[in-house]
Amino acid sequence: MAIVRIPPVLRPSTGGAKEVDASGDDVGAVLHSLAEAHPDTQSQLFADGGELNRYVNVYLNDEDVRVLGGLDTPVGGSDVIVILPAMAGG
Amino acid sequence: MSPSGAEFIRQIKNEIAEVDPADVHAALDGANGNGGVTVVDVRESDEIAQGHLPGAKLVPRGFLESRIEGAVPDRSEHVVVYCASGNRSALAAKTLTDLGYENVESMTGGITLWKDRGYKVEVPRKITAEQRERYSRHMLVPEIGAEGQNKLLDAKVLLLGAGGLGSPTALYLAAAGVGTIGIVDDDVVDLSNLQRQVIHTTDRIGIPKVDSAEITMNALNPDVNVVKYETRIDASNIMEIIEGYDVIVDGVDNFPTRYLLNDASVRLKIPVVSASILGFDGQLSVFAPYEGPCYRCLYPVPPPAELAPSCGANGVLGVLPGTMGLLQATEVVKLVIGAGEPLIGRLLLYEALGATFTELKVRRDPECAICSRPPDEISEDEMGVFPDYEAFCAAAG
Repeated sequence: MAIVRIPPVLRPSTGGAKEVDASGDDVGAVLHSLAEAHPDTQSQLFADGGELNRYVNVYLNDEDVRVLGGLDTPVGGSDVIVILPAMAGG
Repeated sequence: MSPSGAEFIRQIKNEIAEVDPADVHAALDGANGNGGVTVVDVRESDEIAQGHLPGAKLVPRGFLESRIEGAVPDRSEHVVVYCASGNRSALAAKTLTDLGYENVESMTGGITLWKDRGYKVEVPRKITAEQRERYSRHMLVPEIGAEGQNKLLDAKVLLLGAGGLGSPTALYLAAAGVGTIGIVDDDVVDLSNLQRQVIHTTDRIGIPKVDSAEITMNALNPDVNVVKYETRIDASNIMEIIEGYDVIVDGVDNFPTRYLLNDASVRLKIPVVSASILGFDGQLSVFAPYEGPCYRCLYPVPPPAELAPSCGANGVLGVLPGTMGLLQATEVVKLVIGAGEPLIGRLLLYEALGATFTELKVRRDPECAICSRPPDEISEDEMGVFPDYEAFCAAAG
């Protein structure tokens, strides 16, 4: 089980939870497992073709998965996945 | 019998190493401008005000024992001390050696011989007695000192937005003595701003934010030259406004301007201290063009509107822009005085409800649409030409 940190804009889709446990061997599997448990996150995370939306940044611990193996990046039980959207408020 | 003062100094000079100004000059002209030498001026502040060696650390002999560790933390560094003629610096060299500094030399003839040889000196800005009092707590901090305060007084910092983030940033940068602070904002003070925009006041509702900010900043510190831009920054005016500033503080409230600012600041190689806020969450990073990633490396495209609500639509904790704005102000001061490790290539997330800070790595994107191109390949004709950011951001939604 990895921990997925949910940003404020996605919390309405997770019943308000800031963190969600989700299972999977890689980043893609963990995020799909999150989307199965909380279907409203599906369209916010993934494009129609199944790839991650370009505007969604995903980090495995402190590293952007784009510089690791993308959705295929292996995930261990104690890893934390951070979903990070851009914010513009000032 | 006790030795005379002159005899005592002669004895000390036999115990320490001395170096000719020609060798110091050659070393300072070497690699990276300092040739691996740290030069320490041990004269009094009124002497230093007349001029000192370029890049010298200023530690009067009376404060040597208490302040040298702040100026030169590494005892294995090659240190050259000097004074007016080489006597006080000989005594200082002995003290530093006794304190465990391993490679200390005293410059013979001091700055007098240095000047006689025709070598360059730096004349620091004249600090008035009032400024010395006003900034005394900065002067005491080894990482800032008179040198850092002079850099702040000479600095030009531009604030984009005099709102939630801009208010605390403007207040503290003005208090810190940043010499020129530009403010861009086309809005007027509204009652709903005052829950967080602490630079404005209830009796200024309805007046332009740039005017309100100027009143508060000048009341706090009349040293500050406030340059007001009562306009909305856009592709037609951004190059003209931001050019010449040393650091830009991004506190704007929309994506099109954030992307525009990024692209223009990369072109002009101006670092941007960027923060954003919503609800109880804040993000902070420093984008230093070509040294670290830019805003587009982090966020290649903006999120659709439903995933990027504004503070106006979703609200924000009033204290939060204070927290994030002051972290921005801190990064600005660090960049200006050249101290510490700026938040370049790192993104700091603050979650106020949980009271947690999270740090993430941000890498330069080799495919970045803006900063992956070498600056010398960008022609003059391209410099002020930007895409339609409103359309770019609307397409994301």
